[in-house]
Order: sequence, then C-alpha cells, then structure tokens
Amino acid sequence: MGRWKTMLRIRRAEEAIAGMLEKGEVRCPCHLSIGQEAIAAGVCAALGSGDTIWGGHRSHGHYLARGGSLEGLFAEVLGKTTGCAGGRGGSMHLIALQRGIPGTVPIVAGTVPLAAGAALAYKLRGEARVAVAFFGDGALEEGSVHETLNLAALYGLPLIFVCENNLYSSHLHWTDRRVADNLDQAGTFHSVPGERVDGNDVEGVYDAAREAVARARSGGGPSFLECRTFRWRGHVGASTDEDVGVRRRGELAAWLEHDPIRRAEDQLRGMNLAPHRAAVDEEIGRALDAARSGDAPDAHRVREHVCAR
Amino acid sequence: MRTLTYVQAIHEAHRQLLASDTRVFLIGQGLWSPWYAGGSLEDLDREFGRERVLDSPVSENAVTGMAVGAALAGMRPIVFHPRLDFLLLAMDPVVNQAANWSYLFAGQASVPLVIRAVINRGGEQGAQHSQALHAMFMHVPGLKTVMPATPADAKGLLLAAIEDPNPVLYIDDRWLYSQIGPVPEEAYRTPIGEGAIRRTGGDVTIVGISWMAAQSLQAADELAAQGIEAEVIDLRSLKPWDQSRVLESARKTRRLIVADPGWRTAGAAAEIAATIAAEAFHDLDAPVERVTLPDTPAPTSRAEEQAYYPGPEAIVEAAWRILGRRAGVAA
Repeated sequence: MGRWKTMLRIRRAEEAIAGMLEKGEVRCPCHLSIGQEAIAAGVCAALGSGDTIWGGHRSHGHYLARGGSLEGLFAEVLGKTTGCAGGRGGSMHLIALQRGIPGTVPIVAGTVPLAAGAALAYKLRGEARVAVAFFGDGALEEGSVHETLNLAALYGLPLIFVCENNLYSSHLHWTDRRVADNLDQAGTFHSVPGERVDGNDVEGVYDAAREAVARARSGGGPSFLECRTFRWRGHVGASTDEDVGVRRRGELAAWLEHDPIRRAEDQLRGMNLAPHRAAVDEEIGRALDAARSGDAPDAHRVREHVCAR
Repeated sequence: MRTLTYVQAIHEAHRQLLASDTRVFLIGQGLWSPWYAGGSLEDLDREFGRERVLDSPVSENAVTGMAVGAALAGMRPIVFHPRLDFLLLAMDPVVNQAANWSYLFAGQASVPLVIRAVINRGGEQGAQHSQALHAMFMHVPGLKTVMPATPADAKGLLLAAIEDPNPVLYIDDRWLYSQIGPVPEEAYRTPIGEGAIRRTGGDVTIVGISWMAAQSLQAADELAAQGIEAEVIDLRSLKPWDQSRVLESARKTRRLIVADPGWRTAGAAAEIAATIAAEAFHDLDAPVERVTLPDTPAPTSRAEEQAYYPGPEAIVEAAWRILGRRAGVAA
C-alpha cells in the first residue's frame, strides 16, 4: 500500500510537471520517469534513514520515493528560492540532505563513483549504512561505471548499483548501442553479483533491493540490480518521443499494458483506494499552490555560493 | 629553526593530518610504493594502515569521484595523482562535480576535498608525464588551486587545503623536492590566496609560480650583481591569487614580469598580466613580460628539453627587455 502510494505520488507529480512544461510555466529541462515509478518506490522502501541515494538527470522519482518534499520539487523546477536547491538547480539538481539525498546531477554516471565514495566513508567509519547508485542503461556505456564496479568489489563497499534499464539512451534503442542484452551481467567480470528484476513490479524490486541492502549492511559487499522498465514519456520534456522511430511507438503501446501502478492496484484488490487517490491529488494541489507562490531569486544572488565559507 | 626538504615537508604534513584527524584518508596510485610518489608518502600505509592509505587501481575517474563522494559523506580525503597528466582522466569529478556542488545546491553542501597532483617535468619523460596544467584548473569557478614553492608552504598549504570546505587542487613539483628550508614542527597553515614577498627591490617585480618562483630568486641574484634590484613574489595560490599584493608591488616598481611554469596561451601568466595591465595601466612603464613554456608539448630528449624549459636566464633577459636596456650585458 505504501509503495503503491509512493508510485502514485510520483506519477501525479510528474504529470503536473508535464502540464507545466507544456504550458511553458516550467522552462528547465525535465526528464520524467512516468512508467518507471516501481524502481524508485521499491528500492527506497528497502532503505533505512541513514542510507543515501545518488541519482541523475531523471531523479524526481528517487527524490519523492525517499521522502523529498513535493513543494521542494515543484518550487525547484519553477526556479523559486523555496525549491529544494533554493531554485539554483532545477529538475536535474535535487537535494534533500535530511532524506539522504546529497545531490543529483545529470552527467551520465556522474554520481556512480560518488555513491561508492560515500559507501567507502561508511565503511571506514564502521557505520552500518548503505549507498544506492541509480543510473540508466546508457550509463553502462561510461567507463567510470566499470571502474566503480571493480573498486566496489575490491573494497567490499556497502553499495547497490541500480540500473534502470528503460531500453533507451535518449533516442537510441539499446540495439543501436550494444550487441547483447546482458546488462544484468555488467558486474560479473568485476565479481559484483547481478540480478535481473522486473522493474515494473514494485514488490519484486522491493524484495531484490531488501536482499541487496541486507548483504551490503552486513559487510557482504556490493550488488547490481538490472531493473527492466520503460519510460512512457520522451527523453526530456512532456512528449512521448514517438517521433524517434516506429519501434518506440509499438513498444510504448505494449509497455502501457504493464503499468506498474495498475499492477500494484491489482494486488490491492478489495481495498478502497479512492480516498488515498484523493489524498494524493490534494497533496499535489497544495504543494503546487505553495510552490507557485514562492519567490524567484534576487538577481544579485547569481554570484553567491561559488565557494563555501 | 629546523630545516626540511620540500618532500619531507609534504610527508610531514600528511603524517600530521592522518594522526590528528580521523576524517582524513588517502587514495590514489602508488601509495604503497616506496618510490612511486617520490618519497612524499613513504611508509604512511605502515604507520596508519592500508584502510586509510589506499593504493588504488589505475581508475582515475572513479577513484577521484569516490573521493568526492566520501567528502560529501563527511570525510576529508586526499586523492593523489602522481602525475598531473593523469588528472585529465578525472575531469568530470573535479570540474563538473566537486567544483560545482556548492553553487548548484545554493550552499547546502560542499566538497571538502584535496586533490594532490604532481608535476614531473623533465627527465626525458615526455609529453604525457610532465605537463604543468594548472591554468586549466585555474579557469574553473569553485575550485581552488595552490602551488607551493618552498618546504614551509608545501606543509602549510596542505594543512590549509584540508581545512578548506571547498575542493582544493594542490600541485607540487618534483623538481622542488630537494629544496631545503625552515619548517616549523607544529601544525600551521599557509593562508590560501596569499602570495609571499621573497625579496624586496625597487626596479622590477617578478611574480613566480611554483618552480619558477625558485628560478625567479636566482634571476634576482644575477640581476642584483648587475645593479638591478628585483622584487620577487612567490604567488603560492593560483585561485584565488593575491591580486592586491602583486598590484601594490607592480605600482611600486612600475614593471612586472610573470614567470609561469606552464604554457603561454591562456596561461596563468596571461591572466595575471591582463589583470595588472587593466588595473594599473597608467602606473606601468612597460608592457608586462611573460616567461613561460613555448606553446608546444614537452619534448623527450635532453637536448630538446634544455631548449624547452626556461631557467633564470630567461627571466634575466625579460628583465633587460622590460628595463629597455640591451640584453647581452647580462650573464
């Protein structure tokens, strides 16, 4: 129930952002994760309060699943000082230190080594905390991920690699980028155990993540989860990117049948979900109103915070 | 006061940091080797354990990124690159991540990281083991860059860098490792952003960076023998750099030479020359002179190296040019 509600909150929040993008109310580039919500919801449900998550350009879902505030997200994409990054970061730079989100950044694979560094810090200090690196399938084409897999295994780091394989890197289908469909084996060469998970099954993701978290927390080292999914919207913005090829149009129609939220609802049959849906809608509405009433930053702020003091 | 060599001072700074602050750890290439880091980290793994002194695989990008992440998680890492050239494989974690973090998140978090990289000029090492790339990093907002030229600053700047809440690139030069100078035994800090006047004089100001600060002092001795009194400023920090001290000296002597161990185009010397020319144009008697490497990659053979690396004589010649006298009387 909690995980379903998390997914619904992500879905409704991103639909609201899509609406603001279409109206031109939001101008910063937004990479929506509609259709992929089960991965964020399932993994974050398996974490404790001291754990950290590290994300990328498509991290609204991670931020919300971890408990980041809706108003903080909306205000951030609107460029308001009340945003989670003070309106400095926009959609691609989300932060919620109290929720274990030290910052998301859009360089592909950029935070994967950073997550490993946090895991190293926990290990050096003898803390039973874990770090999670979220990244897409495109990140597996960056060398730093492979370097990090080796280092994580070598140092026995409490780190979970979560690959959200939505089959596309921007407009490029995986078959245009790789020969074999074998991302679940990305860690094998580096002695990081890997598993392929149905990324649209929130309970399956949760179970796999719980196992990986338990292993990491007890000193068993890193794990790699390939979560198979599909993003309904385009690489960036509100559109569905169906113009990138015939293949995508057909795929989208098929994947719409595997809606992770509807699948969770099937399992919750018999429960009265209507009041929860209404509560989420109300929460979104309130957060949007609050975010819209936030102040834009004073232009003189532009030179502040280059260096910390 | 007790004297140490430059490399001993670097070593002592690391020892004192590891002993006094449990947040400090070292990661990078060559840390378990007695010679790889030129003796600057020798036996630290034995004294402090290999958990805190991590000799890493050759994965510059991920290792530097890990240091960034560990800094965000409350540690004070020193990530070591035995050649500045190798740091180029880690530009993303340094430039995109560490340097931007404070700004991107409006000051909610920053990256208290020391990136130590070594210039290893000469020795027939060629174009990928000897480059002085400091100007590339000086360009980046949010990243501080220091280049000590004396044993005392080699220690004091490392201690200051580790306390700074921002990423600091600490660049030392192997050619300076045998320099001897007074070094206090206790922990102390050389303030980042402050240059040091190493010699006073009224005829010309020479700003020296890193190895070229040492060359500038030699040049000043030769000039003094010829009746020219040079003021020598060891810049010590490149970002931020001590504009007020350089400006004050340039206004006094009315002539400025910048001696930079890097390339000429868009180099550190170019930035300093442009700034001083803009601020003190009417106080100068001559255009600012730059002594730099030529705009070519580093050669390998000794014969070509001798033509490539400027020494004190190049600074002396620049002094004669800026004083409007004929060269050739010197040396």
